[in-house]
This record gives sequence, structure tokens and C-alpha cells, in this order.
Amino acid sequence: MNNTQVLHPAHEPDATKHSTGYHPSGDGGSWFAACAVHDVPDNGGVCVKYGEEQIALFKFSRRGEWYASQNLCPHKQQMALSRGMIGSHNSEPKVACPFHKKTFSLKTGECLSGDECSIKTYPVKIENDLVYIGITAGGND
Amino acid sequence: MKLVIIGNGMVGYKFCEKLLTKTEAQKFDITVFGEETRPAYDRVHLSEYFAGKSADDLAMAPTDWYASHNIKLHLGDPVTHIDRENKQVTSHLGITLSYDYLVLATGSSAFVPPIPGVEKEGVFIYRTIEDLELMTAYAKKARKGAVIGGGLLGLEAAKAMIDLGITDTHVIEFAPRLMPRQIDEAGSKILQRKLESLGLKIFTNKNTSSIVGHPHISAMEFTDGSSIAVDMLVISAGIKPRDELARQCGLETGNRGGIVVNNHMQTSDPAIFAIGECALYKGMIYGLVAPGYAMADAAIAKIISLDTPSGDGGFTGYDMSTKLKLIGVDVASFGDPFISGDDCRTVVFEDTVKGIYKRINVSADGKHLLGGILIGDAEAYNMLLQTCKNKVVLPPNPEDVILGSRGGSEADAGAGVAGLPGDALICSCESITKDAICNAVTANGCETVDSIKKCTKAGTGCGGCVPMIKDLVLHTMKAQGKYVRNVLCEHFSYSRQELYDLVKLKQLTSYDEVLDTVGHGDGCEICKPAISSILASLWNDMILKKGNDTAQDSNDRYLANIQKGGTYSVVPRIPGGEITPDKLIVIGEVAKKYHLYTKITGGQRIDLFGAHLSDLPDIWSELIAGGFESGHAYGKALRTVKSCVGSTWCRFGLHDSVSFAIRIEERYRGLRAPHKLKSAVSGCIRECAEAQSKDFGIIATEKGWNLYVCGNGGSKPQHALLLATDLDSETCIQYIDRFLMFYIKTADPLTRTATWLNKMEGGINYLRNVVVNDSLGIAGQLEAEMQLLVDNYKCEWKEVVETPELRKRFNHFVNAPAEKDPTIAFDDMRGQKKAKW
Ligand SMILES: Cc1cc2nc3c(=O)[nH]c(=O)nc-3n(C[C@H](O)[C@H](O)[C@H](O)COP(=O)(O)OP(=O)(O)OC[C@H]3O[C@@H](n4cnc5c(N)ncnc54)[C@H](O)[C@@H]3O)c2cc1C
Ligand code: FES
Repeated sequence: MNNTQVLHPAHEPDATKHSTGYHPSGDGGSWFAACAVHDVPDNGGVCVKYGEEQIALFKFSRRGEWYASQNLCPHKQQMALSRGMIGSHNSEPKVACPFHKKTFSLKTGECLSGDECSIKTYPVKIENDLVYIGITAGGND
Repeated sequence: MKLVIIGNGMVGYKFCEKLLTKTEAQKFDITVFGEETRPAYDRVHLSEYFAGKSADDLAMAPTDWYASHNIKLHLGDPVTHIDRENKQVTSHLGITLSYDYLVLATGSSAFVPPIPGVEKEGVFIYRTIEDLELMTAYAKKARKGAVIGGGLLGLEAAKAMIDLGITDTHVIEFAPRLMPRQIDEAGSKILQRKLESLGLKIFTNKNTSSIVGHPHISAMEFTDGSSIAVDMLVISAGIKPRDELARQCGLETGNRGGIVVNNHMQTSDPAIFAIGECALYKGMIYGLVAPGYAMADAAIAKIISLDTPSGDGGFTGYDMSTKLKLIGVDVASFGDPFISGDDCRTVVFEDTVKGIYKRINVSADGKHLLGGILIGDAEAYNMLLQTCKNKVVLPPNPEDVILGSRGGSEADAGAGVAGLPGDALICSCESITKDAICNAVTANGCETVDSIKKCTKAGTGCGGCVPMIKDLVLHTMKAQGKYVRNVLCEHFSYSRQELYDLVKLKQLTSYDEVLDTVGHGDGCEICKPAISSILASLWNDMILKKGNDTAQDSNDRYLANIQKGGTYSVVPRIPGGEITPDKLIVIGEVAKKYHLYTKITGGQRIDLFGAHLSDLPDIWSELIAGGFESGHAYGKALRTVKSCVGSTWCRFGLHDSVSFAIRIEERYRGLRAPHKLKSAVSGCIRECAEAQSKDFGIIATEKGWNLYVCGNGGSKPQHALLLATDLDSETCIQYIDRFLMFYIKTADPLTRTATWLNKMEGGINYLRNVVVNDSLGIAGQLEAEMQLLVDNYKCEWKEVVETPELRKRFNHFVNAPAEKDPTIAFDDMRGQKKAKW
């Protein structure tokens, strides 16, 4: 995984025409334009609406990286991860849920606080100042 | 290989979970039948259902866990027949399945004594979530309650009745004392007195002869001719193993119930196992969950290696020591609690005022602990249990172990764990030994409780052993020669106090600056709020200033308290608890408009719950227009200064406590500290404002004010200590300035003033020297620093409301700003809403 977090080959979405919407990514998934880069606070998160789903999107400015995950914390089913603090544990990027401070890897979605639960993560890429979240056809894991 | 499990209770579930960790698990085709309609849940914490936990919270694992591990789960479908000859089971709904191995984990049911009238409406048992739902529904019409049985479960049921709003509840015990199996006469007395002071009515030596009423219970009659009026009754007179299936198919069962098993949990038919509360091992039913889990281990070991010759090992009985909290009172017993006679010495400590009773039984030579009882304060339980189980040699004065080490408790705790042998079981839920934990530290580099949990699973069950794990980690690290410093987290190798000084010295003003200058890495949820708090305490800038916003704890970032379900609560400041009718109307109008639940808090203000994130700025602009400002309920900051009505109205009042409370609250409002701060001012010694339970409290005297500090309410109440007497208002404020600033500068993160003082060498005398006698020569500096903060105060909410860029951050969806979180829903309760979740 590299710094810009592009997991799928980019399909050159025409960002100027579609400010939101789907973009085929070439391998069964698609890129979804979530918001503008400046809509997300530095080193913080926002919640993105994708159909019925809620996705937490994080701008890790300190590392020049972007991450996305499900917004629902699996610990006690709270829609809250986008409001959590991000940081690192042994350089693994993570988010801490505001409710009970369970932490999850933003790369693998694994719970880093010793619990069994994990979260789904999504690839993110930036083009023309827009943030795209990669939605895979069959779900991520 | 077909494996069928009958019963999806705690032990039946644990059996599955443990089996799945074995590589051999894939050889098995697993089917589970459960009689209850819900997947296994945590029966041990059943009573928390009344404290607001939902059935989902209590679930051991969600329904899809079974499917995702290829376990076929049939709920609401009990097995009704076992055909041992053809190795088949048949269920109520008509499913017939063959098995190679069958596991009975049918648990037990409540034992109901044959008292005439037990079938009447309003008589309940206490075992399943269904029972609790029935009780909840019925309790609405009940006013007087009773519980038959003063044992562990009976007392828990009594607490449940109180939680259901039946404050007039009786406990009826047949034996001469409460909890006769676990604790002795003297202990029972203390417990009884303590429970009575909490409102329970307790009868011992009482035998119920009949239950009266038609069609529902209206009274109970006793063999001594007395009776009481009751309209709801819970029977909790013991348990009865569910062995009916075993009997029906001819397995050996005990005279008084229970399925007879050997040490591998095999019944008289070697292909059939029984585990948990239905199993009878050496004439004993183990009515606790931990032995049930150990039985599951033994059964699994046997099933997966059934071909190997059966040696020893397996289940060898289980220690029945327990610790629990009954209606807020700690009760614990371990080892042999009752032993007496020539071979032993008994040491008893009793404090009838505080309701504490401790008994230890020590071997005649004073070397070993044989057992004991703890009531009212069971903090030492883990240590004592280990000392007892592992035959650790006692200190020269055995009483030290219950009277507490006098001086330097931490050093002693360390020495305590050091004395345990390597095979001492530290976590009994997951069977993890001391060696395994120490090994995780030395070999795997675990240096935190979290990493130990991950690496060994220790501490992931009931959590009771976590303090011991902490001690063990520290102790092992020290033994390795690692310098254990109180560093903030992996990103900063400084203590909070060191960081405070560094930030000040280097004039750093944002989290990133601090991280770049004195830290490393990317930060985390521990150092971000701690440093944000330091920055706020030093400079009192607007906390949401760009760059610092995302380093705030979530509550600080949104200037509101996040609540269950993801809504927020709003608390405007009401200094001293004084409010005009007009302002009350403003709160009422705002609450109505935004559909908020309102409640008066313990701190004399009004909390508005259930606000959508995106409504917060609008709610606050209306509150601010109505003359309110932020109450900082979301921050580690000054909360409220409570007051009694004082000399203006009260005929006892010596001074005007309300005016002084308002002055204090306005002086320190918004003050950020290592933890929240509470205060109160009482107008006379009657102390209606409860100032002595606050971080700093003020009580009027004939000559001025007495200043108390470092008190605490909450879960660990601590009386505040007198710092100075008969002060005039100016001096009082001067001392508070110094006290607060000294605390802010030197306390560890998330440490309340009470804990801070407890850890301070020299205690209150040292603190008094610093604050009153200026022994460090910093009084002037402390006052100046406080004055800076006071002068810099601004209402955070006002700034947000007036700044569009900041307001934008309160939308739930970045790409649909007008939409609210659709997952938020509410239920009705007493004419208001509550979180549906
Ligand atoms: C209020 C309360 C508080 C407690 N507090 C504590 C405590 O603090 N500490 C502690 O260690 N223990 C405590 N216990 C005891 C603990 O809950 C039990 O020891 C534990 O639940 C036993 O687990 P089990 O799986 O053997 O039985 P259960 O959890 O009772 O599970 C058995 C399951 O099998 C089902 N079943 C029965 N027959 C059939 C059939 N024919 N077909 C299909 N399913 C069937 C039952 O419906 C039930 O769901 C408490 C119990 C209660 C009720
Ligand atoms: S709900 Fe997220 S940590 Fe508990």
C-alpha cells in the first residue's frame, strides 16, 4: 500500500463534470467522489453518505495519507468513528472510537485494543482536489 | 464427525468458542440447539438489563457469529428426545439429527419450593431475559415487593426490584443469616445493616407457609403466624440442574439432581458429555460460570483426542471463591471462609460505621492464608485469593494483608505479585498464569495491559484481574532493569508535568508544534487530549482554533457530550444554580423546538439530551441570545459551583453562599485541567451544598470561609480535607487560585484532585505549605498564571456560532450537510424521548 492509497487502477474520472457519483474502477468496483479535499479537517475525519451506508473518511495530513472505513464502531454499534481521534501505534495508522476508545487500524481494520471485532476499510484517492472512495463490488473483506 | 450441543447458554457458547480455537475444529460438523429464543447471553450480568443494558449488549456473540463459523444454530427449539442406541436427537420442532458426540450444556433452572400459591400471578423467578421482561411489565402495577431467598441471587433479585421502582422490598431468608453459604454470622450482620440502610427490609429465620391472593399475589404468610402485604414476589431459593433429558434416556444422575460426569466430563455414556451447571462432578454442582468454562476445556480436550488413552488430567474441581457487588456493597469470600479451631487463627477487622468487615483465616503457624471474607471493601480480593491458592508465605504480621499497608501502597502491591509462584492463575476466566503474563512482557515486549490482552487474552473476561496484570507488567519491566517512567504514551517520553513545563518554556501553541518539537510519530488518543488540555491550561486560546480542533477529545471537538446512539447533550452554564424565570423559559422553548429531553443535574443545572450534531450551533445561538453561555460539561474543566440558598433566604445562613458561588463559578468558568473540577459553597455548617465532596469546597463560618480541597463524590467517594480556616473572600480566592494552578501544573492526565493528593508525598500538609505558606516560593507566579487564564476567557460556543467555518464542522454528512444521521431514533418515556438503541 503506498501513500496515496490508490488500490485500484485509476480510471481517470472526469472530476469537473461529476462532483458526486460513481466511477467504474475497472475491476468490479467503482470510485465514488465524496467531497473536496478542503472539506475534511487536517488530521481529522468526516462522515460520508454513500447510499444507505455511512463511511468515515480521514485526512491524515501529518503523514500525507487518506483513509476510509465504516463509520459504525463494531464494539457497541455506534455511528461514531468519523468523530474519533486518529493517530498511530508503532506507526500503524489508527482511529479511536469516541465512545470507549477502542482503536482500529486504518489499514487493515483490525481492532488494536485486544477485541475480536474489526472494521471494513476502503481505498481512497485524490484527483483534482476531490476525494474519491473506492467501493468494491463484493465488499472489502 | 458430527457434534451436537444441547443448550446455548454461557457454557454451551464457550464450548463452541474454545473448540474453534483448536485446529481439529474443522473436523467437526457442529449443531447447537437452544431452548431460549436468543443466542447465548451473559447471565452473570443479567441484572444489568435493569441498568439499561439491552439484550444485544448482553449477547456473548451476535447470531451471525455462529453462521460465520459454520455452526448450525437452532434457537427456540429444545431437544426433546435422545435416542442413545441410534445416536440421534430429536427436537421439539421435529428435527432429527445423528451425532458422534453429544454435549449436554442445559444449565439449571430456578428451584421453586412447594409453597401453596406459587402459581399465582405476580410470582416470578429470576433466570432468563424473558423472566426479566415479564417482571418489568408486571412491576408497573406493583408497589410492595418481596424476594424469597437471601443468597447471592436473591439479593441480586432484590436489587432488581429496587431498580424497577419497587422501593418497598422485603428479603425473606429461611436461614438465620444472609448468604449462608459464602459468609459468616458477623459478616452477614454487617451486610444486612448495610443493605437495610439502603432501604431493603430483611427478615431472617423466616419460613413462608403460603402465598395469598386471587388471581394475583396480595400477601405472604409465614410459619410463625406473621404475614406481610406484597404484590410482587421473586423466588430465588436455589437452582435445580436441568437433567430431565439425561434421566429420560437413562444416563446416571444424582439423587438431588445433576448429570453424573467423570473428570473428562463424560456421562455414563462415553459418547455423551455434560458441562456447566447441569453436570454433577464428585457430588457437586458448580453454580458459577468459571468452573463451567473449565469443564468446557476438559470436554474439548477429551473429544479431540478421544483415541489417545485416557490418562489423568481433565477437570479436577474448582475453587468456589467469589467476589461480587451487591447493591453497591462489595462481598467476597475465598478459600475456606469458615474454618476455625486449633489449626487456625482468625483475624477480624470490623468497622460498623463504614460497614466494613474483613476476616482472614491463617494457619496456626501464621505462615499461610487459608481463607477469608471481605465485606464493604474487597479491593484486596485478588491478591488474597492468589496468596491463599498458592500458599504464599504471609508477612510477619498477617493482619497487614487486610489492614492495608500503612504507607507506600504501590510498592507493596508490586511486592505482592512478586511473591506469587509462576503457575499462579491470574486470569481465571481465560486460565492465564503469572508466567504466561510475565513471558508476554519479557519475550513479546508487551508493556501495556492492552498488549497483554491481545497477546494472551488475559483480562478479556470479567476484567477483575486487570489491576493485577498492570502490577505484573510494571514489576516485570522493573525486574528487567527497564526504567519505568510515567511517560504519557509512545509518542512522548515525558510525564505530563514535564510536558507542561516544556510547552511553557518553548512557548508552543498547537498540538502539532508540540509533537514536532518534543514528541515523535503521529500522536494518538492519549497524548492528543492531554496536550490539548495543557495548551488550554497555559494559554486559554479557543480550543477549536485551526490545527488544534482535531487534537481535542471528541466531546471537546464538538463542544458537547456524545451520548448513546450518537446524539449530544447540551448544558448551559447556570452559575451557582441561580436562574431567572425568563431564562428558564428560554431553556424550555429551546428544548421544545429541538425536541430535547430535559433533566436537572446533580450540579444544579439543566441538561438537554438528544440533540442532533447539526442542530448544536442553532441551539446554542438561541441559548446565547437568551443570555446563556457554555457550561463546559463536555470538557475536563470546571463544571459547576453548587450552592445552598444562603443567608439571603435561609434562617441558618451565615453568609451569602449564592453570591460567592456565582463569583467563584464565573472566575474559573472554562478553566481546563487534567480532569473535571467541581465545587460548592455552603452557607453554614449544615453543609447543604455538599462542599466536602468536591474538588474544592467552601463552607461559611462565623468569621469567614473554611476552604476544603480534594474531595470526591462518584464511585470512589472521598471526604475533602480542610486546607485553611476563617478566610475572608479575597484570601479564599487567592488560595483557590494557587491550589488550582498547582494541580493543573503537576497532576497526571485524567487524575482527579483526590487521587492527585493521595499520591502526593507529604499529603495535605505539603499541599498546605505550598498554597498557604508558599514554601516553594511560587505563589505569586501561580496567581499570575491564573489571572491570565481568567482574563482570556471567552465563551467557546459564542465563537462557533459566529464563525461559519467552525459551524460547518457540525454537519453529520460532509456530502449532505442538510441531512441528519438517519440511524438515530428515539422511544417515548414518561412524556419525553429516550435514545432508541
Ligand atoms: C441473576 C444471576 C446472577 C448470576 N451471577 C453470577 C456471578 O456473579 N458469578 C458466577 O460465576 N455465576 C453467576 N451466575 C450463575 C451463572 O449464570 C451460571 O453458572 C451459568 O450461566 C451456567 O452456564 P450454563 O451454560 O451451564 O447454563 P445456562 O446459562 O443456564 O444455559 C443453559 C441453556 O440451555 C438451555 N436448555 C436447557 N434444556 C435444553 C434443551 N433440552 N434443549 C435446548 N436447550 C436447552 C436453557 O434454556 C439455557 O438457555 C448467576 C446466575 C444468575 C441467574
Ligand atoms: S462503541 Fe466504539 S468503542 Fe465502544
